[in-house]
Amino acid sequence: MSVTLENVSKRFEERQVISHLSLTLPDSGAVCFFGPSGCGKTTLLRLICGLDTPDIGAIQRSPGLRFACHFQEDRLLPWYTVEENLALTMPEKDIPQGLRDIGLHDIAGLYPDELSGGMRRRVSLLRALKHPSDVLVLDEPLRELDEDTANKMLELIRKNIGDRLLILVTHDVTQAEKLGCEVLRFPLGQ
Amino acid sequence: MKQVKRFLRRLVPLAFWLGVWVVCYHLVDHDVLLASPVSVAERFVFVGEAAFWNTVGMTLLRTGLAYLLGVALGCVLAVVCHLSSLVDEIIRPAMRVIRSTPVASFIILALVWLSSGNVPILAGMLMVLPVVFANVREGIASTDRNLLEMAKMFRFSHLKTWRHVYWPSVMPNLIAASEACVGLCFKATIAAEVIGTPKNAIGTQLYNAKIYLENDVLLAWTIVVILLSTALEWLLRRLFRGLKERRLRRVRHA
Repeated sequence: MSVTLENVSKRFEERQVISHLSLTLPDSGAVCFFGPSGCGKTTLLRLICGLDTPDIGAIQRSPGLRFACHFQEDRLLPWYTVEENLALTMPEKDIPQGLRDIGLHDIAGLYPDELSGGMRRRVSLLRALKHPSDVLVLDEPLRELDEDTANKMLELIRKNIGDRLLILVTHDVTQAEKLGCEVLRFPLGQ
Repeated sequence: MKQVKRFLRRLVPLAFWLGVWVVCYHLVDHDVLLASPVSVAERFVFVGEAAFWNTVGMTLLRTGLAYLLGVALGCVLAVVCHLSSLVDEIIRPAMRVIRSTPVASFIILALVWLSSGNVPILAGMLMVLPVVFANVREGIASTDRNLLEMAKMFRFSHLKTWRHVYWPSVMPNLIAASEACVGLCFKATIAAEVIGTPKNAIGTQLYNAKIYLENDVLLAWTIVVILLSTALEWLLRRLFRGLKERRLRRVRHA
């Protein structure tokens, strides 16, 4: 189960975001895309997940490869409560413990607009962590979290990686180090 | 005290327009041209007759059928058009034609093919269909792309995506269209009844009143139409209010 990029390029109007990148991701372990804002980390992530297609080159994914994503935005369904949102992607029986794990045991019946930005991020992170998958994609999962909460979430991520491949996007290389990630510094292959 | 004041305030416009009617009646001074409020009020004894309720019931049944068919077909076509650009290209001009064609043209054309009892259903449906179609189509198109990507990444089935992402996104548009259409549908159904004159129909009563120069009957049935139309709109508003409160409050943050 892996993802291979062959000579991949992606451009947005006049801006070349990724240029002739070849990369093979491992089946398991942890990889971190590290670099400044706007260097193409999220674009690469979207290409890997199949949410975008490259202008040039090819991306090969093992058949049946399953992703679980934590996007930069929380992307919770605003018309459903936290519990209803989570029930769409994880077993209902695991929700109470999951919410306790992220320190939000009493918000199951609240709607996303009743939560703070940090709370929404943690719910979104829980959704990704608990979803059965082969690749766990976390795009800046600890943004807007205070240091103490961020450390707790790092520990939760570490516990939940299992034998999956973790792809972490971050500005903070210490987060990657704490998770034992192989750090790929951007720009890559240009 | 406040409630009494509010009630009296509501009576003011009614009293004003009743006054205008009385003045006009005296100016015209001819019952065939304009009936007096008193003679129209006297006609309301028909409310006690079974035939009145039969007539009202049948017209409401036709309106209800037309409305439901229009909403259902509008939703189905909007979904199909979203899924197939070819179907979309075929259906969109048809919807524009339906929107801009006078309802009377459809009624007269349909009378060749359908029974006079069914033409009002078609006419009412054609009023609802393009409005619901356009609104639902717009709702589907403006569904949050981020949420659709989330659904894709978490491998939602097509059915699950429609149920949990598209449907709640489309709901406000569908509710707005459904609310706007009910009055139109009722009036188009009655217009078709006037032209087709089926049995047991308010439109037929209006037509007969015109033929027999019974201005008071015509106005009495018109008042019935206004009251029914207002009641229908009120009923639907109340029906949709619960849904709106549950869903729309959340959608504003989408």
